[in-house]
Amino acid sequence: MTVSIKVRYFASLNELLGRSEDMLEFDQALSVADVWVKATESKVMPDNTLAALNMEYVALDCVVSDGDEVAFFPPVTGGQYD
Amino acid sequence: MIKIVPEEFDPFAEVQAYQKKQQALSGKYGATNVFVGTMRDFNEGELVKGMTLEHYPGMTEKQLDAVAQEAEQQWALLDSLVIHRVGDVFPDDVLVLVAVWSVHRGDAFDASRFIMEALKSKVPFWKKEILADDQSRWVAKNTEGYL
Repeated sequence: MTVSIKVRYFASLNELLGRSEDMLEFDQALSVADVWVKATESKVMPDNTLAALNMEYVALDCVVSDGDEVAFFPPVTGGQYD
Repeated sequence: MIKIVPEEFDPFAEVQAYQKKQQALSGKYGATNVFVGTMRDFNEGELVKGMTLEHYPGMTEKQLDAVAQEAEQQWALLDSLVIHRVGDVFPDDVLVLVAVWSVHRGDAFDASRFIMEALKSKVPFWKKEILADDQSRWVAKNTEGYL
């Protein structure tokens, strides 16, 4: 069983990693947190990082499937309010 | 309707054109609430001369649509229009428009406020500010909206 997924990084995470996406292949069930470890070679995940699976927010223990798109990004800042 | 736009837009012309086009509204709406968010030239004590608004194409629209649908379920709205700018923006540029139409004003006021607050906490947009000395920084937090 080979699972292929796309991993995307936005805003400050894109800058931190120096790239906007990775294609990943693996042959065992991985959670979103495992995907981060594998894709970033165990880089420490910045505090408050959010994750999405196929464009819906998910918890880091959510398991990914073949063809999924996983995204990591910092908290959204639609604007300063004051 | 939800729109993400990479160029300047006139929020009032958009409201007028949309309202005219939505014939189902004719004769039915008693209240229109329009919120326009504009870029300032200062933030956290510093002058800001420009900003880049990044988004997640696909997810941004999906989440914005979900917010608008939630508002339509919670309040008796007849229609709504949300337009958000992305890309490079400058002070006085319009960043966001939220317009809602309802029979009575309460629903229009409340739903409009709900959409803005939900947008800022759930919809993937990120701001990178360019300061007067050309240094740039990511806006890291949302502060209270009613100070």
